[in-house]
Amino acid sequence: MTQKFRLENVGLINRDKKLSFKFNGKTYYGYEGDTLASALIANGVHLVGRSFKYHRPRGFFGAGVDEPYAIVQLYRNNETEPNIKATEQELFEGLEAKSVNCWPSVNFDIGAINNFLKIFLPAGFYYKTFMWPKSFWYRVYEPFIRKAAGLGVASTKHDKERYEHKYEYCDLLIAGSGPSGLASAYAAAKNGARVILAEDKPRFGGSLLTSDVNIGNQSGEDWANGIISELKEMPNVVVKNRSQVFGYYDHNMLVMSEKVSDHLPKTKKHHPKQRLWYIRAKEVLISSGSIERPLVFGNNDTPGVMLSSAAKEYLKVYGVLVGKNPLVFTNNDSGYETAIEFKKNGINPIILDSRINPQSEIIDEAINLGIKIKFSYVVVAAQGYKKVSSADIAKISNDKKQLGEIENIKCDCICVSGFWTPTIHLASQSGNKTKFKEEIDAFVPGTSKQNETTLGAANGIFTLGETLKSSFTAGQDLSKKITNKDNKISFPNVVEKISSQHDKFWCVPLPKGKNYKRFLDFQNDVAVSDIEIALKEGYRSIEHVKRYTTLGMATDQGKTSNLNGLQLVSDIENKVVPAVGHTTFRPPYTPISIGAIVGREVGKHSKPTRKSPMHSWHEKNNAVFVDAGVWLRPRYYKQGNENLFEASKREAKNVRTNVGVCDVTTLGKIDIKGPDAAELLNRVYTNAWLKLPVGKARYGVMLREDGIVMDDGTTTRISENHYHMTTTTAQAANVLSHLEYYLQLVWPELNVNVVSTTEQWAGAAIAGPKSRKLLEKLFPNNDVSNEGLPFMGYMESELFGVKARIFRISFSGELAYEVNVESDNGQFMWEKIIELGKEFQVQPYGTEALSTLRIEMGHVAGSELDGRTISYDTSLEGLISKKKDFIGKRSLNREAFTSSDRQKIVGVVPLDKKTSIPEGSHLVKDAQAPLPNKKLGHISASCWSVEYDNPFSLAILKDGKNMIGEKLFVMSPLKNKVIPVEIVSSHYVDPKGERVRS
Amino acid sequence: MLHIKCPHCGMRSQNEFSYGGDASVKRPELNKEISDEEWDNFVYNRKSLRGKHLELWQHLFGCRQWIKVERDTATHEIFNTYKADEEIS
Ligand SMILES: [Zn+2]
Repeated sequence: MTQKFRLENVGLINRDKKLSFKFNGKTYYGYEGDTLASALIANGVHLVGRSFKYHRPRGFFGAGVDEPYAIVQLYRNNETEPNIKATEQELFEGLEAKSVNCWPSVNFDIGAINNFLKIFLPAGFYYKTFMWPKSFWYRVYEPFIRKAAGLGVASTKHDKERYEHKYEYCDLLIAGSGPSGLASAYAAAKNGARVILAEDKPRFGGSLLTSDVNIGNQSGEDWANGIISELKEMPNVVVKNRSQVFGYYDHNMLVMSEKVSDHLPKTKKHHPKQRLWYIRAKEVLISSGSIERPLVFGNNDTPGVMLSSAAKEYLKVYGVLVGKNPLVFTNNDSGYETAIEFKKNGINPIILDSRINPQSEIIDEAINLGIKIKFSYVVVAAQGYKKVSSADIAKISNDKKQLGEIENIKCDCICVSGFWTPTIHLASQSGNKTKFKEEIDAFVPGTSKQNETTLGAANGIFTLGETLKSSFTAGQDLSKKITNKDNKISFPNVVEKISSQHDKFWCVPLPKGKNYKRFLDFQNDVAVSDIEIALKEGYRSIEHVKRYTTLGMATDQGKTSNLNGLQLVSDIENKVVPAVGHTTFRPPYTPISIGAIVGREVGKHSKPTRKSPMHSWHEKNNAVFVDAGVWLRPRYYKQGNENLFEASKREAKNVRTNVGVCDVTTLGKIDIKGPDAAELLNRVYTNAWLKLPVGKARYGVMLREDGIVMDDGTTTRISENHYHMTTTTAQAANVLSHLEYYLQLVWPELNVNVVSTTEQWAGAAIAGPKSRKLLEKLFPNNDVSNEGLPFMGYMESELFGVKARIFRISFSGELAYEVNVESDNGQFMWEKIIELGKEFQVQPYGTEALSTLRIEMGHVAGSELDGRTISYDTSLEGLISKKKDFIGKRSLNREAFTSSDRQKIVGVVPLDKKTSIPEGSHLVKDAQAPLPNKKLGHISASCWSVEYDNPFSLAILKDGKNMIGEKLFVMSPLKNKVIPVEIVSSHYVDPKGERVRS
Repeated sequence: MLHIKCPHCGMRSQNEFSYGGDASVKRPELNKEISDEEWDNFVYNRKSLRGKHLELWQHLFGCRQWIKVERDTATHEIFNTYKADEEIS
């Protein structure tokens, strides 16, 4: 197939490399260096999609990031990506793309019926229509709207591409490589500053690639290429294309998305698809240029109506004609530049200029070239459905209110220019309060908020000479401040044509009797009439008008629509634009892929995985692991076909009858040293600590200042001024910060140091009636008898030559010990325990059996210490010292904390001794009571008691103290269960605690 | 992301720190008789100031020191940072 709209010998594409691609199933050809848009236009394809609301045909409007229409579903390397702008996507061999927003196809679209019903789809339509009946929303409205109106479809497959994050620091970050970006980067680089120059397009140079200028006796493009090659050679400069600086955050942190591989058929091995750069810059130069503004007239959304600058870019960069019979409609000189390029390539354009009698070098050149120009003329409406076929034009009165007689002229495209809008997004994001500049009818940055400077067209400077001069100076001055160098560079001679004043005219009045839609927002289908309705209905704030009409709220964020919308509101309201104000710009400037934002932090990389030194043993012995915070812990060790329930029961039972061993490495451990260590503990824990002898452990509970229990654990006095604190696995980090807070800020006079030693020690809990016998084998040289190592005793020893700490503490409620060795010896310790424990039927047990053991003993854990309970609630009030003050004590006399029917921990047993009780269920008095049924408490933890072989749960119950023996109901609406239960003591097994002391 | 100068380590990104609230709050002395109101003010009542604010941050993934940061809560401008025990003029 021939590329009928491709010119010969024009453009920057590589004609030696022909590429085939598919659009909506049909094969086309383009060249390396094309975008999908330029290649489609070269093939005469202008219908690429449907609009969001009315499903009107959509073509191409721009040639870059501002594109509101040409959004496609892209297929690349067996993956698909939605909402890709055809104007940004570079062509590669085998590229496939499809239209979005079309159902069932781009040529026949069911949603287009909305277009004929548009009278029913005015501003706020969705708010008004789909409100009632409520039940219709999910079943009728939403499915319909989704099917008929959605944009692209996200892939449901796992994205196998790699995305990277990079952190970078620099002296100057320069966003945009047009004339101002190049000049400032060059000047700063010559002064030795560390410079990052970012360009969102594949080619550097910005407007220099399309404008007819001369810099230092070179064309703009040649000058740009020269500067870029020189910058690339400099070690202090990073030059990046395909890189969009999209967000300006606090303290000069900017984020840039680099599309490393999107332009290739397939990402190269070891390369990322995209890279997100977090850049902390000392100075930021914003050289993001400007975007041409549309002119507003009837059916101005018809395919073939596009920005004149885009038409020029397609011609000069890609060698592509957007039409062979073009009409240029302009209110300023920019339209002439486009017309001149057409003319130079053998095409005869017609220019309609809304101005009465403008004069400038460019206009003279157009006249000399023989281009037909009609002054005081406007396009009233575009005609044609899927492509412009003609235009209704008319003379307009000097006051721009009256139209003359309508004439129809044939054309195949309408190139519009309504002057230029500086791209001020980054400056605005930085907090810069922008100001309205009357001469250009647009906002420009005001006083800098952070270290940002806006240059060139982005700052409302539209002449090349002035842009280059101010940008050289800015680059030089800002870098001098940082590097203290002052290398003067010579300023090149600039030749450009000077423009005449633009016309303050942007919206063509409707001719009598015609009701054309005149669009402001091309992606969200917001027309002039929608804004008029919103204002009539009383909306005033531009932020409200925006949300009500959805103006500027599409994926292009109103890059082409914002200012025209503001102009309209200010005209109707009879206010000036700055009084109306503009809506806030927020990052990202353009959509960023979720993959880039997430980076490498997916799957197992989303958080660190911590493993105990015994992990490989657990793996070899069929452990099934569970996430415990960032730790992986064995939940149970599977034997044969056992399930979780069977295995945990077996393991727990073995602890009660023989001996078990559990990996408790994950417990938080804090080493506390210093002469005031005991005093610190005394202030942190609720019980007394000053008299704990060396070689003894004590259980302690710590509170927050509001009286709520924060954590519990045992702390052991290793020597006179040395303590070993343990915390729960979950609270380890918080407890350390808590201690540091009090030591550094509240009681700096205490001479104590704290440090986390969680990773330094591997821990094994040896529990069960035969644990002492096993200990005797492990430590044959020590006296581990009840007298030699009593309950809560501590000794230091050697485990076959390895330094070990032995604590006689118990979480399971059995006679039990905890042995700690240095982490590197953890596996050795574990294997010794298993080896020597064989004769006592030792078995490893996991967290599930551990839970069972502690629940039936009534020992509290995280599910009871849930940040809502006080000591009394968990029956830890016996540990509250009356004699001393401690953190949180003053809160304990709060009225609710001392009420006589305060909640308390109890045990719960089902009356049938069979039905398992779901955790989280509620306890109620009467299962039949009308809703809302009064909740008396909740089930905090459930297990199958191995001691009694029936279900047992712990609950936090109102007035729990007086509820023992009561019959209540457990209700679980989630599991649809109602279970009659009896309330019993939370100490279900060994209530007197004899086993631990045996 | 804020850029905070740890008085011990130098300029670091915000993600190395954790926020610790109003630095002007003083914990009542231990064992001292105080009214419910005084205690409530210490535990619960905080002014949500707009503007200059002295606050606590901990350099959690760094030197682990609690530091004081003088920051504008509206603009995020950081005027100064201090060590925990530093006199603030
Ligand atoms: Zn630090």
